[in-house]
Amino acid sequence: MTLESGTGPDGAPTEPATPVAEPITPRDLIVSASPHVHAGQDVPWIMRQVLLALLPGLLAGLWFFGLGALRVLVLAVAGCLACEWACARLVKRPATLRDYSAVLTGVLLAMNLPSGSPWWLVLIGSAVAIGLGKAVYGGLGYNPFNPALVARVFLLISFPVQMTTWVVPQGPGTALDAATGATPLGAIKEAVGLGRTVADAGAPGLRDLLVGNVGGSFGEVSALALLLGGLWLLWRGVIRWQVPVAFMAATALVTGIAHLADPAHYASPLVHLLGGGLMLGAWFMATDMVTSPVTRRGLLIFGAGCGLLTAVIRLWGGYPEGVSFAILLMNAATPLIDRWTRPRVFGEARKLYREADAA
Amino acid sequence: MKFSGGVHPAYHKDTAGLQIEAMPLLHRYVVPIAQHLGAPGKVLVAKGDRVARWQPLSEPVGFVSVPVHAPTSGTVKQVAALPHPLGRPMLAVEIESDGEDRPWEGLAPPADWRRLEPAELRRAIQAAGVVGMGGATFPTHVKLSPPAEKKVDLLILNGAECEPYLTADHRVMLEQAAEVMEGLGLMMRVLGVTRACVGIESNKPDALEALRRACPADVAAEFTLLETKYPQGSEKHLIYALSGRRVPPGGLPMDVGCVVQNVGTAVACLEAVRDGLPMTERVATVTGAAINVPHNLRVRVGAPLLDVLAHCGGVTPDVGKVIFGGPMMGIGQFDMDVPLIKGTSGVLCLRDDEAVLFEGGPCIRCGACVDACPMGLVPSAMGLIAERFRFEELGDWHILDCIECGSCAYVCPSRRPLVQHFKRGKAEWRDILEERRAKTDRDAKRAETAATA
Repeated sequence: MTLESGTGPDGAPTEPATPVAEPITPRDLIVSASPHVHAGQDVPWIMRQVLLALLPGLLAGLWFFGLGALRVLVLAVAGCLACEWACARLVKRPATLRDYSAVLTGVLLAMNLPSGSPWWLVLIGSAVAIGLGKAVYGGLGYNPFNPALVARVFLLISFPVQMTTWVVPQGPGTALDAATGATPLGAIKEAVGLGRTVADAGAPGLRDLLVGNVGGSFGEVSALALLLGGLWLLWRGVIRWQVPVAFMAATALVTGIAHLADPAHYASPLVHLLGGGLMLGAWFMATDMVTSPVTRRGLLIFGAGCGLLTAVIRLWGGYPEGVSFAILLMNAATPLIDRWTRPRVFGEARKLYREADAA
Repeated sequence: MKFSGGVHPAYHKDTAGLQIEAMPLLHRYVVPIAQHLGAPGKVLVAKGDRVARWQPLSEPVGFVSVPVHAPTSGTVKQVAALPHPLGRPMLAVEIESDGEDRPWEGLAPPADWRRLEPAELRRAIQAAGVVGMGGATFPTHVKLSPPAEKKVDLLILNGAECEPYLTADHRVMLEQAAEVMEGLGLMMRVLGVTRACVGIESNKPDALEALRRACPADVAAEFTLLETKYPQGSEKHLIYALSGRRVPPGGLPMDVGCVVQNVGTAVACLEAVRDGLPMTERVATVTGAAINVPHNLRVRVGAPLLDVLAHCGGVTPDVGKVIFGGPMMGIGQFDMDVPLIKGTSGVLCLRDDEAVLFEGGPCIRCGACVDACPMGLVPSAMGLIAERFRFEELGDWHILDCIECGSCAYVCPSRRPLVQHFKRGKAEWRDILEERRAKTDRDAKRAETAATA
């Protein structure tokens, strides 16, 4: 604020500025509440990142199980998309096929199925995932449980035979009617159940578990490929580290203690980390944003709960595998966890917070 | 000390190198009476009156009120409800300039702040109509008058300028460093504090250096380069970053012994006392991809937006949004006849394709907003509650602690209009509180009447 402004160099007043001849004619300007800029990410972007991250695991599965796996994948994705479209139609809402969420559900469901699944099993699974898992709650964002896991558990309980008929991986040429066998965890559970030791089960070595040359749902077998994809998601900032790390740590801790106490009847924690659906579950299913807590503290609790339940079901439950059940149970606990892990408001004293919460 | 949360938007500080340029005198100015938080003043002029530059157009009513002054000499064309940057028309004085720019004879004589008493300085600051120039426009003399029971021991000078695009404060610090530091000394004298902290984001080391060099020997200031992170310039977060003190929820900076002032405000205070000049000008950044010639402008308060845009070469044909302030907290304008006012730190012109539409898909509970919220709130849950009009629940979620910084909406992948929800939610929650209070009062009165009867 100086006296000079508005006066010419010699101190004489300047002419009032004449407005520019061409007036600015503001066309329809957009008026909306702040903020006016955005970081750029959107929901389809997130879904695409997850799909990309699933690629290594998916390719490994396709490599080991061949055409059968491809058939399951195509059926599941097509089924989910069709069901998504139909559900939107039914409630007269715009179809949401473009947000990639139905594609992702389809891919995850497929990866959670045996490669030899009959076509009707896959389609029923798709309908359950999208219809019962998501649409009935109001669509994306409102479902309390992971849709793909709802479908998997529904199928496992309804069609136990088909859901536990595991094709033995034989590479890309694996025939559609290939020989079947047990999963590593299944073999161990059976051997221990018969009073034998873990070593008697003849489970595949760690190297096979790592690359995925073992029986199982076709997308869960290659721990290494899934881990790569998960780490990439973490690096891209799509998922937060708390869930996978807490998940794996809790599983390793419980199975590790059991193994140390009785190595003959409890497999090494490495087998539990690399075997079964743990990698797929910890990195891709438990990290589902909609069905997990929103705070980082909540995610730690959620992940640890998943890991703990997985280990307990695997070691002492009736099923050889417990990842799906564990995640679904923790999904149910998510609202409770959210409630108890509300962040402290800036400037709020710790004590005040407790009192406010108790009131 | 680093606060948790916050975001790193693209900064676009393209105008940082442009010298402040004085906007030429205009034909016409529209000076709203309400340019500050608090009671609008009482209008002193009427249609047809001749006014001189710096002549008061209104007088304050009460303590939390400041006058506005004529930006140039001329004739009062009308005193009426005219377009205002806040959205709805408000009382304003329209002045047709006579081109003479004749100063008012009643100006206060220049004075030396080092010789004046705090009370005199406060009076001068109020009479000059000085308000916080960071954007909140709270009357400065009020902030400089903490009640006796609040022991203020630290004055914080806010040079963070964390809003993207804006460079007005940056230029003021570079070009008027001495005045900024003198103004800081003046405000320290008013408050009676011996300690001051200057906080500047790390993307403006030159500004910090300029202020350090210009610091007078008798002004004890500490200089700190802060992390470049939005909203570093938010009062509460700046205080925390510089002093480690946390303003409690619902509290004011003075509750932790601090007062925060913007660098532009420091200059305005100095000019009010040193030169006796009221606040009729400010520096504003006119920028964005949709303006032809970006500027850092010294513009007189009341300059119509249209003229300011014209001076900057006009807007491009693909202009989509014209914002007063920065892109995170600024206000979108729809009427090009609104004037720039004391709180207008910038005019941002965004292209059609840059103007983000927050259409609002479903919340996918990704938690990005929870990570981004610098206040430790849960925007995802609050947004869902507000969306369903369950406003009475918002109190439990500390809605009144929301500073509307926009970090949550900025990161939301579903583009949910969270800030819009919270602005409405706050208003609704305040209404609910008011209603409850009224009901308690009524009940108390009824009980009293029953007791006496």
